[in-house]
Amino acid sequence: MFPGAPAPGSIHCRAVPVDTTAKGKTYPPYEYEVGREKIREYAQAVEEDSPIYFDRQAAKAAGFRDVPAPPMFAVVYSGGAIGPPMFDPEVGIDFALLVHGGQEFVWGEPVCSGDTISTTVEVKDIHEKMGMGFYVFESVSANQEGQEVVRGTWTNIVRSGGG
Amino acid sequence: MNEGDSIPELKVTPDRFLPHRYAGASGDFNPIHIDKEFATQVGLPSNILHGLYSMALVARANVAAAGGDPRSLKRLSVQFRGMGLPEQEIVVSGTVKSVEGDRVVIDTRAEQSGKAIIKNAEAEVTA
Repeated sequence: MFPGAPAPGSIHCRAVPVDTTAKGKTYPPYEYEVGREKIREYAQAVEEDSPIYFDRQAAKAAGFRDVPAPPMFAVVYSGGAIGPPMFDPEVGIDFALLVHGGQEFVWGEPVCSGDTISTTVEVKDIHEKMGMGFYVFESVSANQEGQEVVRGTWTNIVRSGGG
Repeated sequence: MNEGDSIPELKVTPDRFLPHRYAGASGDFNPIHIDKEFATQVGLPSNILHGLYSMALVARANVAAAGGDPRSLKRLSVQFRGMGLPEQEIVVSGTVKSVEGDRVVIDTRAEQSGKAIIKNAEAEVTA
């Protein structure tokens, strides 16, 4: 996901003006109910073939409460929490020049069908480097018992306008 | 797993409609992923793969290396580079960077035609 990334040496010197006032801002929690068929759809799309993602008996035999979500299903239940900061005018991301630069997830308790996952996001950092704007969001997702299931760090880069 | 060991390579060739299935599964319908005409109009060679799809393949390769239990994947950090294209083979490879107790850190990358689409990927698994 790096469309139109600047070729080495082609980065223009005109810096992307970044406004850092939104640093530290948080957003209301985003709730997502995990369903077995959504897990199946996701697992098929990323070609997971383990029966634990498709068969409740196989999942239980492996020690899960119900069909578990593959680890990267984190984007499905926490992705909805990333929209508000992405589109927040106070954050001020220029979508025409946006690329997804990096992503990190740290997993905790497994997520299973039937869970309700609540995700909150904080604008962790906004800074400028090599003429580009870096917008870093941190999401923390917890299940209905309050156990942390994943912590995500989403790094978005706004390239120079090429002035 | 010992330091310097290679993990088994994962090879996947996403078909032409994979980005559409992934868009439905993930909810990311950005037209650069599913509309070839739009993608070429904005200067891309074709519609491109979702970076988070490629990251899911990197996650799969690391879970497989750790024995197949998704609970063994504790952390995965990646940088997106270049662009992934449908109908071209993706090769995920990795090398064990360090082993401390039951925690194994694996350096991973995903390539297409020898060019990185995910680089500096670091996975922490229990083994």
